Amino acid sequence: MTVSSDNSAASPMNWADLPKRLFVRLGILPFLLVIAVVVFTFMSDNFLTGRNLLNVLRQSVFLTIVSMGQMLALLTGGFDLSVGTTLAVTSVVGAMTMAAAYAAMPDAVWLAILIGCFAGIAAGTLIGVCNGVGVAFFGVSPFMMSLGMTSVGFGIALFLTGGTPVYGMPQTFGDIFGFGSFLGIHTPIYVAVILAILLFIYLYRTPFGRFIYAVGGNTKAAALSGINTRATLLWTYIMCAGMASVAGMLLTARLDTGEANIGASMPLESIAACVIAGVSLRGGVGRLENVILGALFIGLVQNGMNLARIESYLQTVVLGGLLILAVIADQIRLRYVASLKD
Amino acid sequence: MTHLASEPTRATGEDARSSAHPLLRTEGLTKDYPGIRALSEMNFELRSGEVHILFGENGAGKSTLISMLAGANHPTSGKILFDGEEVHLGSVHEARDLGISAVFQEFSLIPQMTVAENMFLGAEPTQAGFLRSKEQKRKAEEILKSLDFHLKPGRRVDHLTRAEQQMVEIAKAFRTDPSVLILDEPTASLTNHETEQLFKLVNKLKQRGVGIIYITHRMAEIREIGDRITILRDGRYIDTVDAKTTSEDRLVELMTGRVVGQIFPAVAYSPGETILEVEDLHTPGAGGLNGASAVVRRGEIVGFAGLVGSGKSKFAQACFGSFPIESGHIRFKGQTVLSPKTREMLKRGFMYLPSDRRSDGLMMMRPARENISLASLMNSPLSNGLFLNIKAENRVTSDLADRLNLSPRRIERLAGQFSGGNQQKLMLARSLTREFDLIVFDEPTVGVDVGTRAAIYEFIAELCENGAAILLISSDLPEILHLTNRAYVLYKGEVQAEFAGDDITEANVLAHFFEREEV
Repeated sequence: MTVSSDNSAASPMNWADLPKRLFVRLGILPFLLVIAVVVFTFMSDNFLTGRNLLNVLRQSVFLTIVSMGQMLALLTGGFDLSVGTTLAVTSVVGAMTMAAAYAAMPDAVWLAILIGCFAGIAAGTLIGVCNGVGVAFFGVSPFMMSLGMTSVGFGIALFLTGGTPVYGMPQTFGDIFGFGSFLGIHTPIYVAVILAILLFIYLYRTPFGRFIYAVGGNTKAAALSGINTRATLLWTYIMCAGMASVAGMLLTARLDTGEANIGASMPLESIAACVIAGVSLRGGVGRLENVILGALFIGLVQNGMNLARIESYLQTVVLGGLLILAVIADQIRLRYVASLKD
Repeated sequence: MTHLASEPTRATGEDARSSAHPLLRTEGLTKDYPGIRALSEMNFELRSGEVHILFGENGAGKSTLISMLAGANHPTSGKILFDGEEVHLGSVHEARDLGISAVFQEFSLIPQMTVAENMFLGAEPTQAGFLRSKEQKRKAEEILKSLDFHLKPGRRVDHLTRAEQQMVEIAKAFRTDPSVLILDEPTASLTNHETEQLFKLVNKLKQRGVGIIYITHRMAEIREIGDRITILRDGRYIDTVDAKTTSEDRLVELMTGRVVGQIFPAVAYSPGETILEVEDLHTPGAGGLNGASAVVRRGEIVGFAGLVGSGKSKFAQACFGSFPIESGHIRFKGQTVLSPKTREMLKRGFMYLPSDRRSDGLMMMRPARENISLASLMNSPLSNGLFLNIKAENRVTSDLADRLNLSPRRIERLAGQFSGGNQQKLMLARSLTREFDLIVFDEPTVGVDVGTRAAIYEFIAELCENGAAILLISSDLPEILHLTNRAYVLYKGEVQAEFAGDDITEANVLAHFFEREEV
């Protein structure tokens, strides 16, 4: 008797707790995703079609790659505001080098592409090295460090180009990395998938990935457990910038020009993607799968708003609102974690 | 003392003492924190003109009780009655206005401000919305003078010594004329002279009918100024006894809930080769080590006793490579270590488990499994140095959770969701993820309930019997007395005394806690 009455008393409690538990476990993203899909499906007939969803995938691939890098910085308890600048520097340096190499040896197209990509990614990654050295070895706050580097990088990109687009890259580069597709799926998507798989292995199958979580989870505990926290931080910012650089090269291929003005919205969007996906701003919490979903969600919202003919100025309002909503949700979630004992 | 600003509402000492109801009373006071009941159904009463000692282990609920009485925290249920009337203390200011002032262990001073500014923080004397700095300084001077504290109100707090800061903290409580004063281990950082000064003050206040709640671990203080003692254990009220007539053993028994010795396992003493040998260790900065030497051998539990700031933790941290060293010789397993690095010391077989698990030990938002495996991620069987072996990690951490009786036994649960005792187990488990020759336990039972304590002691004893060298740093005297084979007493960065076997007595150890006092 007592057992059965206990059960009946316990089960409605659990049912009432279910949304709460789901929220604590998954964060706000699934809820937002459902709302977004329902709303946009009603607003536009073209929204929920395979063609359009593939479009979303293609459009958000750059943000996805940048967000994966941003996630690493967030996991350590910092962030990288200079991801946008990294894109710009990569684009400018990559395009200029590629154009110069192509002009010097018009026959060796692939060599020119290779040299260009290498130069661009190296230049972008260098920004990450600066960030990492500042944060890890000089104790500069990630906010100030990456904000400073944003200005430095943007200045360099403008200085190199004088503010005009860089032309002269081989046609093949854009054809393959910008517009090329294989089995109906665009090249950048393959690149993103490969990066995601590599990063997944790094984060969840090697000790070094665990170090990133440990440094963000509790730096002192990590240090007392023999983890080189400085090297971990340095490496994190390098990887973050490396990811942004790859996105920068892909975007350059897509635009067919090197641009100093690209990526301005990347810092906000990438941080929003991560936070919506449940990455904690305090560090140590967040999953790669969710971040990819978060980036796709932002792409989905942008796409939906375009189809629903919402003005682009208003779109940034929505994006900012979503970011703040996600942070608030993160706070509420933390309170729920405390109140739900299991 | 008439020059102190007096609250008109306060009953005078004589009235309050003769009145039937006590000055301050709690009925069924309860405080829940997520996953833990910090205080349960507490009934406590304070008469005016008495010094009422709260006695209990760390985590017994003393701090929770006083934080609620002082208005810093709000009860989950239960009542607080002040002068016979139920009161709701919304904030520290509200409590202070009623006449309940508290001096907490953690300072609530703003270092960049002056003594006077700190004393009047939140209650600055103003005229037409403007600060009256001179008035404030004058009032501060009056209060300091009445307390016989030699402090200049214009000095910045960060230029004061710890003891002086403690004095400011106490003076702050006297901004209003309190009828209830709460003192949380006020002598922890005071010199003998300053302590005497404080006791004189306490006696003066008693005469004026002020009720004083006093938290201390020191038996001598209990005898000297205490009237009644209320004992708490695991968040529960145990008993209220007379301070002058109750024996020490009885108090410890009430505090721990067991007869002394019962929670401590007997450790077979069979010292082997020397593992750690330290000579003349100095660390930089004020309050650092000042030429400390010690030896730890295989198969023995060596205790480090001493006050807060005696350097007992720094000693281990310096040897472990997590605190800088100025000079000294360290030999580990017969090899000289010039400048220890944490990673390298771990590899050599030296493990240090920090005292503050929240700030230095655990990743609260990560699962138990990751917390246990943290220090051995680059080692077999958890990884081959390049890739993690997730299966092995699951197996190893599950086994350790079983062995330490983790409750609930769920290795994917977040560390922050476990109770204090179980969090401690997560950290202890870390010392078993690989073979260590020396394990340093820094305050391993802070905020841990008695049951878990016994388990932790057994765990330490077992490690020792299996041939590890153990260094036990503890502020908990019974731990040093009953668990260690040898004990060092540290004071101001120096080793004051070394005892072995039956010489490790409370009198012996305590006698060296305060020696060479500079007055």
